[in-house]
Amino acid sequence: MYAFEYHRPTSVKEAAGLAGQAEDIKFLAGGHTLLPTMKLRLAGPANVIDLGQIAELRGIERAGDMITIGAMMKHAEVANSAEVKQAIPALAEMAELIGDPHVRNRGTIGGSIANNDPSADYPAACLALNATIITNQRKIAADDFFQGIFTTALEEGEIITQVSFPIPSQAAYTKFRNPASRYALVGVFVAKQADGVRVAVTGAGSNGVFRVKEMEQALSGNFAAEALDGVTVAESEMNSDIHADAAYRAHLVGVMARRAVQAAGARG
Amino acid sequence: MTATGIGAPVRRKEDQRFVTGQGRYVDDFNRPGQAYAYFLRSPHAHAVIRSIDTGPAMIMPGVIAVFTGDDLAADKIGGLICGWMIHSKDGSPMKAGPHPALAQGKVRYVGDHVAVVIAETLAQAKDAAEAIVVAYDVLPAVVDTAQATKASVQVHDVSPDNTVFNWHLGNKDETEAAFARAKHVTKIDLVNNRLVPNPIEPRAAVGEYDFGTDNYTLYTTSQNPHVARLVLSAFIGVAPEHKLRVIAPDVGGGFGSKIFIYAEETVCVWAAKKVKRPVKWTSDRSEAFLSDAHGRDHVTHAEMATDENGKIIGLKVHTTANLGAYLSTFSSSVPTYLYAPLLSGQYDIPAIYCEVDGVYTNTAPVDAYRGAGRPEATFVVERLVEKTARELGQNPAEFRRKNYITQFPHATPVIMTYDTGDYAASLDKALEIADYKNFPARKQESARRGKLRGIGFSSYIEACGIAPSQAVGSLGAGVGLWESAEVRVNPTGSVEVLTGSHSHGQGHETTFAQLVSDRLGISIDQVSIVHGDTDKVQFGMGTYGSRSGAVGMSAIAKAIDKVIAKGKKVAAHVLEASEGDIEFKDGRFGVAGTDRSMAFGEIALQAYIAHKFSGQDLEPGLKEGAFYDPTNFTFPAGVHICEVEIDPDTGVTKIERWTAVDDFGVIINPMIVEGQVHGGIAQGVGQALLEGAFYDESGQLITASFNDYCMPRAIDLPSFDVGMTVTPCPSNPLGIKGCGEAGAIAAPPAVINAITDALGHEDIAMPATPQAVWRAAQKARMPMAAE
Ligand SMILES: Cc1cc2nc3c(=O)[nH]c(=O)nc-3n(C[C@H](O)[C@H](O)[C@H](O)COP(=O)(O)OP(=O)(O)OC[C@H]3O[C@@H](n4cnc5c(N)ncnc54)[C@H](O)[C@@H]3O)c2cc1C
Repeated sequence: MYAFEYHRPTSVKEAAGLAGQAEDIKFLAGGHTLLPTMKLRLAGPANVIDLGQIAELRGIERAGDMITIGAMMKHAEVANSAEVKQAIPALAEMAELIGDPHVRNRGTIGGSIANNDPSADYPAACLALNATIITNQRKIAADDFFQGIFTTALEEGEIITQVSFPIPSQAAYTKFRNPASRYALVGVFVAKQADGVRVAVTGAGSNGVFRVKEMEQALSGNFAAEALDGVTVAESEMNSDIHADAAYRAHLVGVMARRAVQAAGARG
Repeated sequence: MTATGIGAPVRRKEDQRFVTGQGRYVDDFNRPGQAYAYFLRSPHAHAVIRSIDTGPAMIMPGVIAVFTGDDLAADKIGGLICGWMIHSKDGSPMKAGPHPALAQGKVRYVGDHVAVVIAETLAQAKDAAEAIVVAYDVLPAVVDTAQATKASVQVHDVSPDNTVFNWHLGNKDETEAAFARAKHVTKIDLVNNRLVPNPIEPRAAVGEYDFGTDNYTLYTTSQNPHVARLVLSAFIGVAPEHKLRVIAPDVGGGFGSKIFIYAEETVCVWAAKKVKRPVKWTSDRSEAFLSDAHGRDHVTHAEMATDENGKIIGLKVHTTANLGAYLSTFSSSVPTYLYAPLLSGQYDIPAIYCEVDGVYTNTAPVDAYRGAGRPEATFVVERLVEKTARELGQNPAEFRRKNYITQFPHATPVIMTYDTGDYAASLDKALEIADYKNFPARKQESARRGKLRGIGFSSYIEACGIAPSQAVGSLGAGVGLWESAEVRVNPTGSVEVLTGSHSHGQGHETTFAQLVSDRLGISIDQVSIVHGDTDKVQFGMGTYGSRSGAVGMSAIAKAIDKVIAKGKKVAAHVLEASEGDIEFKDGRFGVAGTDRSMAFGEIALQAYIAHKFSGQDLEPGLKEGAFYDPTNFTFPAGVHICEVEIDPDTGVTKIERWTAVDDFGVIINPMIVEGQVHGGIAQGVGQALLEGAFYDESGQLITASFNDYCMPRAIDLPSFDVGMTVTPCPSNPLGIKGCGEAGAIAAPPAVINAITDALGHEDIAMPATPQAVWRAAQKARMPMAAE
């Protein structure tokens, strides 16, 4: 780790102010991505702004048909939230599938989304549930937020404050874990809303999280696993590594999608 | 049996400190004035070093010194050694290149040591390492085991075709004759995947030099501190043996990787004197992946010949063993004498011939890893036996039974003489526990759910307690393989046992104390076990190859016998009887045929106060030592049965059942033995399903962190059904065979035999990852077009 200046603001405004003044800053949330990269000397920010003391970034709220989660909420808090479990059980289950207990008790929804790791789980949930990412500057639709591997719509110094999820009528997430890292080798989030079905895939795409329009169309007509028969994703758009080549990933997208639809259906 | 004696499932004494965080590992030792070492490692697999400019690093804050290979050479510090001489078929000695602790002229693998920075803090040392300017001429790399001899690249000048040795064992003519008259020949091609040991505690070293006394101290993560001292003094020449104290305190797992003497500890001891400060180095996990000696990495073609009665009549094996870029301490012995002598398995095979080509590549050195050679041999034998049974249309269990050795001692065609065993007894018990007869019903039930179920056997044998010294010497070992012990009885009757074994997870502080408790009739709380310090224990060979029970404890038993004999002499004086009438039983010295007796502790006190005998007749005190050299290896054996269910849609293999029936001879502590079995199976399952170290063509390790290198987790394993059979080992006084590696040896073929059984074809390699199994399952589903 390289030496750095540590800041601990207590409000979003103060954090944004610090970010505006200081050079070469990084926000610190759960630290589960940032700190390992710093320890390996792959990142060496001059200034680290810890968001951990900012009360406004916490909390889970249900208002009407929306669930809104503060950016600093940990995966375990989302997984165990009575509101989330009741409104969007698939989201709670997704959070429960992240990493291991240590990771779930440090990593945050804001950090996960800001980082947009191509194998992270939250991006699939945000995209399938048609979430809105709220920052200290604006509101960004999930469709516009995720812009490819480790790339988002966030501007320099912009802070995610909350994420807002419309409550679906049916939803499920199935995850095929990378055997080593336990990130998603392929994760498929399926959500049915009044205006149709959305299917988002993480882990598999060579350009990060993506929606599968053909599956969405098929499922909007008939929300059943059989509707996906014959629907495939293009191998050429899949990621390939030692754990899974493109063909295997493309195949798993189909298997996981069918299983997600079945799971959503089973929940009724 | 006393409550804490041999056979009692005593809880581990050492766990109190381990589970409460009170263990003291090398990194916990901080010496006054300590500085920190950081090694600049090669980013290239193969390159000529044109120049190293340490100047910019020297002026960085906190930097005390920067050293390169030239500095070591200037001080006449020798290279690292390989302690086992292998001769090729043609009689020529192996062709080993130099192995400097810091590179000289060339780097040969990613992670090779280029320079060391000593600084006030670790962060400063790292900063300075980044400032060292190294000019490399990058060369192409050879990484692939099977291609190493054909590569255009040569790793060491002295080793043409990258070949260190072409070794063989067995009888070629007899084996060819057996194949000529065979009714059936089964062929197999196997890769034994390369593994990274990953003990939970990474390697570490603290070197210290005392200018007042000219004494050196090395704290190091070693499985064998005396061997480390011997190598560092006699061969590398860092310090004279009598001036070097090596301390291996609590060590958090080794699995073989901490047997070896590495560059880092060598440099720490040497540099401590150069910079006049204690020097500490602690590996981080990334360094461990790159530079701990790896395990396995064989490519093998093997053939098994059977006659018209389904009896195995011959076995032919050709193996290419990847030794990495340099020969690590015992690397040459692992794919030779620790491998081929096990190729007879549990079977009566009259003719065996094995050829092994040891090759250099631009990869991390490969050396002993849990099982060392025996897992590789067992994988060959048990995969081949299973495949033969399938090709002959025979039940794999009954095919094995028909070929089992039943008469002992049994001399195999590959050196070994098995002393005892009852292989059918283990098989029967395993079949029973595994509920083998109902397997077809379970397979059907799985099929109904669209799943593929398979069952696989592994009827393994291994050789522990490598010995005797004379024999291993004749095979090329540079050391003897005995063990030493000293039993010191205190005046209060408590006992300290000094052992040359080293515990790094095995529980010696408990099991060794159980032996003392059993023999002397005192509680284990009265016994402490001292190990891991060359200033306390005079000499010893350390712990590996499951030798500490069979060899280490036998030395203790021998010393205890001497203590009892001396105690009888003392008792004879004190109880005023003749020595011949003194009996020692249940912790008391008594006069035969009378009720006159004294407790062990009372006699101990008498030995020290020496009031009841003249020092001219009998030396005061009660302390005895022994060196024990066994008469043979020991041969643990058993049957493991693995049952898997495969999801053909995803390729996920789930282990549904695991049966392990092992014959470890006499068992000191069944709870500890079971723990060793569990851990061993977990490692074997890791090799079979999850773990694999892979380099890309340029020699970069692509599985260089836990993100990509998959260690087994609890969730990957079933609850194990462990059973035991016992045939006491006749080759040591305690009847012990050893249990530390059995699981890792038995498991891989059991898993792969189960998977191939489920798939209905043989085409799957380790690690059988979901992707590999999915692909293989596609093939299983396809109509048999070609065949
Ligand atoms: C062993 C391990 C296993 C894991 N397994 C999984 C898994 O299975 N699935 C999965 O999805 N994830 C997994 N993760 C990732 C983890 O769950 C976190 O989601 C991830 O590390 C990012 O969240 P964080 O809170 O730790 O963010 P940090 O590491 O603190 O930050 C990550 C990045 O986001 C930025 N950032 C953080 N918060 C904000 C904000 N509010 N506004 C703007 N920018 C911000 C930071 O500046 C930084 O660049 C794993 C991590 C580890 C270490």
